[in-house]
Amino acid sequence: MKIDTVALIETPEGTDLHADLAGLLPRTLAYIIDFLIRVGIIIVVWVISLLLGGLGTGIFLIAYFILEWWYPVLFEVYRDGQTWGKKAYKIKVVNDDLTPVGFGPSLIRNLLRSADFFPLFYAVGILSVVFTARFQRLGDLAAGTIVIYSEPDSYDSSALDQVEAVAPAQLINEDQQLAFVNFALNRGKMSKDRQEEIAEIIRPRLPLNVDKASDYVRGVGKWLLGAR
Amino acid sequence: MKQIEFENRYGPFWGEMETFFNSVDQQTPEQIAEFPKNYRRLCQHLAMAKSRRYAAGLVSRLNVLVQKGYEALYGQSINNQSSIIAFLLYGFPAVLRSNARYLWAAAIVFVLPYAAIMIACMLNDQIIYSVMDASQVRSMESMYDPELRKFGRERQSSTDIYMFGHYIQNNISIGFRSFAMGIFLGIGSLFILGYNGLVIGGVSGHLTSLGYVDTFYPFVVGHGSFELTAIVFSGAAGLKLGFSLLAPGSLTRGKALQLAAKDAIKIMYGVFVMLFIAAFIEAFWSSSSSLPNAVKYGVGAILWILVYYYCFFFARDRVAHYQRQHATQ
Repeated sequence: MKIDTVALIETPEGTDLHADLAGLLPRTLAYIIDFLIRVGIIIVVWVISLLLGGLGTGIFLIAYFILEWWYPVLFEVYRDGQTWGKKAYKIKVVNDDLTPVGFGPSLIRNLLRSADFFPLFYAVGILSVVFTARFQRLGDLAAGTIVIYSEPDSYDSSALDQVEAVAPAQLINEDQQLAFVNFALNRGKMSKDRQEEIAEIIRPRLPLNVDKASDYVRGVGKWLLGAR
Repeated sequence: MKQIEFENRYGPFWGEMETFFNSVDQQTPEQIAEFPKNYRRLCQHLAMAKSRRYAAGLVSRLNVLVQKGYEALYGQSINNQSSIIAFLLYGFPAVLRSNARYLWAAAIVFVLPYAAIMIACMLNDQIIYSVMDASQVRSMESMYDPELRKFGRERQSSTDIYMFGHYIQNNISIGFRSFAMGIFLGIGSLFILGYNGLVIGGVSGHLTSLGYVDTFYPFVVGHGSFELTAIVFSGAAGLKLGFSLLAPGSLTRGKALQLAAKDAIKIMYGVFVMLFIAAFIEAFWSSSSSLPNAVKYGVGAILWILVYYYCFFFARDRVAHYQRQHATQ
């Protein structure tokens, strides 16, 4: 089986849309945040309910019911597939054709939570996420939903403004070109030292007069992008 | 074309499209008329960027734009769904009637253990201890013991609301779970249905043999119509999930499961409403001690007839019509 974290969906126009699937870890962490939020709310309701006697206990139980079953559904349908926890980890629930999730699928995946939870601590759900190609728990499989990253890394070519384009000293193939270009554009996300370290890997293949490997790699990247 | 030239040429257009998607309220009619054309242009740019192997960052920027366009063009709006009232009047009976075989299966799995243990408990007063422990049996007995019942005094309304919350939380959760557990090839639903049949049947049989008939049956007859029927329905919805995995027919198991879930969740909408009504009746009507038993039996009988009439006989033509209109593709 080919394992990939990218889901490809073909649009009617014949273009492939891609989405980055969210794996077990971000989903678990998002769940823990939601869980803590729910516990927080229920404690507040409980304290208020103590002041109201039998009436309060009734309200407490109804609040507990709503938080247990409807909290994720309401968020997913009315807040673009994101509970607060999912928002914190920049992931969201969508239909498996990448359209926004509606009430029916959201309710299916959240009622089936109790099957994913079985027998304890989401054992079935975790196995299902790990062993399915698109990281779906049982609820996702039945509802036809997937969990994806909501915001791809923003693209900003201004990182190249201060770089001077350098013509490569030797022939480089397509994959290598892509590596140069992506290194050039990825500047902001790594520390200077780490960038230098990565660029130094290809030092043996660089022209001898190159002083800083990272500047050279970035320069070639800019040249490949079309700058002269 | 090199990437930088590509970006310089189309960058302003992408920027326009970004503002277009991000400011939904400010879209002019002209922009909306132009949108399908612009969307196809974005698709083309994305395809070009991919085949020319432009940088991943640029491809993903275009991917976001195309995805937003795709959602705008093909995503279904929430308002598109048929109204709740039409669903409750015709949709819910329609989905019940088209899934009759699952309802029959679930009803048998619930009613047979119910009847068997009820008879057993009436013949032998020890049988109840095989489904409940001694303290549960004692508390159940004291709840319906005519000697301990304070007749003529109404329960406080705050207690009613407490019990209402309890029935909502407890009973609806049981309904939801007996649906969800059906995904394990139906076994979970079978188990929950059978187990509930045993416990409820055991209680009825045991209390009948003790002679608590006048306290127990007037209490349960009112909400039982909604509650017991809804529990069977939720089990049936779960069986439908499980059966789709066992016998997917010409579909893949995944696709069969999704289709089954689409139908089953409609049953669950109705189950939710029914259990909500049941909780209301149980908390505010069944518990009342000032109503004469004859009234409770009378109203209870009417409710049973109404529930089954509505589910299986009401407005046959219009329900069938609704079913044809909303058939799962």
